[in-house]
Amino acid sequence: MIKVSFAHMGYSYLGFKQLVEDMGFEVVVPASPSPATLDKGVQYAPEFACIPFKTVLGTYVEVLERGANLIITSGGVGPCRAGLYGVLQEKILRDLGYNFEMVIFDPPLTGLWSFFTKLRKILKKAKVSWPAFIDALRRAWTKLKLLDELEQLSTSIRPYEIKRGETTRIFHRCLKIADKARSLKEIEDARQECRGLLLNVQRDPERRPLKIGIIGEIYVLLEPFMNLEIEKTLGEMGAITHRSIYLAQYAKTDVLAHGTEDVRQAAYPYLNKFLGGHGQNSVGETIIYAKNGFDGVVQISPFTCIPEMVAKSILPKVSRDFGIPVLCLNIDEQTGRAGIETRLEAFTDLLRQRREKMEAKRNASLLLRC
Amino acid sequence: MQACYLGVDVGSVSTNLVVINNKGEILSSIYLRTHGQPIEAVKEGLRQLKKNLPATVTIAGAGTTGSGRTLAGAVIGADIVKNEITAHAIAARQEVPDVQTIIEIGGQDSKIIIMREGIVTDFAMNTVCAAGTGSFLDQQAARLKIPIESFGELAAKSTNPVRIAGRCTVFAESDMIHKQQMGHNTEDIVAGLCEALVRNYLNNIAKGKEILPPIVFQGGVAANRGIQAAFSKALQSEIIIPKHFGVMGALGVALLTRDYSKKHPQTKFKGFEVSEENFQASSFICNGCSNLCEIVNIKEDGNLIARWGSRCGKWDTLSE
Repeated sequence: MIKVSFAHMGYSYLGFKQLVEDMGFEVVVPASPSPATLDKGVQYAPEFACIPFKTVLGTYVEVLERGANLIITSGGVGPCRAGLYGVLQEKILRDLGYNFEMVIFDPPLTGLWSFFTKLRKILKKAKVSWPAFIDALRRAWTKLKLLDELEQLSTSIRPYEIKRGETTRIFHRCLKIADKARSLKEIEDARQECRGLLLNVQRDPERRPLKIGIIGEIYVLLEPFMNLEIEKTLGEMGAITHRSIYLAQYAKTDVLAHGTEDVRQAAYPYLNKFLGGHGQNSVGETIIYAKNGFDGVVQISPFTCIPEMVAKSILPKVSRDFGIPVLCLNIDEQTGRAGIETRLEAFTDLLRQRREKMEAKRNASLLLRC
Repeated sequence: MQACYLGVDVGSVSTNLVVINNKGEILSSIYLRTHGQPIEAVKEGLRQLKKNLPATVTIAGAGTTGSGRTLAGAVIGADIVKNEITAHAIAARQEVPDVQTIIEIGGQDSKIIIMREGIVTDFAMNTVCAAGTGSFLDQQAARLKIPIESFGELAAKSTNPVRIAGRCTVFAESDMIHKQQMGHNTEDIVAGLCEALVRNYLNNIAKGKEILPPIVFQGGVAANRGIQAAFSKALQSEIIIPKHFGVMGALGVALLTRDYSKKHPQTKFKGFEVSEENFQASSFICNGCSNLCEIVNIKEDGNLIARWGSRCGKWDTLSE
């Protein structure tokens, strides 16, 4: 019996779980990473590998212990080291004595033929026809879009909630509802039901939340365990957040194509090279957030992440030129929750004071004009 | 009767308490070592404050800050619980109204706060390294058998500071030992250490920040004249040390409490009697899901008064 597993990245696991099950495999759903997962990863990973590597490695150890024997993962296109991670993790796990197969999918544009043959191999194992696979894929895709939508909706409701924590509790209930929906119709019904639940959260419409963009490396951005629930924390501090990366959108613009045109164009005057990962995106997205009237931007990056480090050294200039405050957070296994919360709280204080002052200035100039 | 405001700053190394009057003047301030026991330190501070204050003083509001702010807030019944960055900025603005740069070095962290026209525009805090903070200076002073109080004085005597690697505290120590073995005198090594720490601060925390005068230097390490001199030399500018440099966090949160009390006159402060109460902190691991959150309970005489630590919000119902 083939038991398939994959890395845990945010809530995407619900989409992948569905796809794998629909193909007829048994699935070993990776648990949300915990400190114990990270400890396992840290134990077996090279010290200077970044934290996504360590957490994913820890997750693989956990799923292999639970009986998974086929791991499906993504590759990448340098210069970011993540492109090599799948291969390296496979070697480490084999040295540890685990017996399993690993299939690494690189973005299709880097080699259509290899992508196709790997996929064909998996379909053969699953004994699934191409039309059936495409149907399963379409439903998984719809599921991912639903998850993105629910995440976005909850971040825009959370700052208004009257009972602290209610949005988060409802959101977790929605995830369970979404997980059960499988056909296109069920997913649409689940969408309506979850939207209704979230929109029913008691809110105080008088509040004026800040708007904060969150940029950075994909894994720490998408996995709440990694970023210490930055969106929940900021939401409860009174800020609507928007991430530069949501799964379905990212798959469309960066996996199946060469990145979003306007992000790259915005970044061009500051950084005219693709340097792997999301370095160039981080610069471009900060500019786009500034142009869209966001109050501030938070960059989260794994410690030792080169693309984000390059972006970080450019961001102070972007911040000055476009008048948008930027807070840079570095995440590794030593990162403490208290430190991150202190910085986020101070940052929202800063943004609020800044907004009040700008509004006072604007009002004063209106008075003068009369 | 005089309405006053209490500010409590519970840091990793020291716990400071300040009582201010309506004009923002300090009536009494206490500086204590936390010794890893924040609740005890706060209670001891309250006991001492009560002794120092005239009987006419009533506390109309209380606020907490510092890394132990949530805990201290639950213990004393705080009206506001504020991060130390905002608190430090507020206090510096009161002492030096046109301040543009704040250098703050405490027991285990160091920060830079950039202010323009009275508001914070940028800040940074040490992230992956604590080189150059108070704890390290303490340690080195002990190793060189110099009382920490005379560290600065000694540095001022040096005419030829030696160059010490200041990137990492452990390597800095190795380098200092090496310099001692080479026969350099203590003054020059101490002065070199001050310069190394300042260099490390400017290259790490202050990197990419626009440092404009007036520059205010506060936090416990500001007592060290050697570091002040080294900053002055490196930045080619005057470094102002405010009168209450050691308790700026507590002062800042007291000022914030004063402003908050104008709109919310009802205080949650439990009174100085808190120092006689018995508090217990305990924790357990929630097995509700794979997150395995560590939940902390704070009990006052057996009654649960605060609880925090869960990711899903299941246990947070009491933290309001």
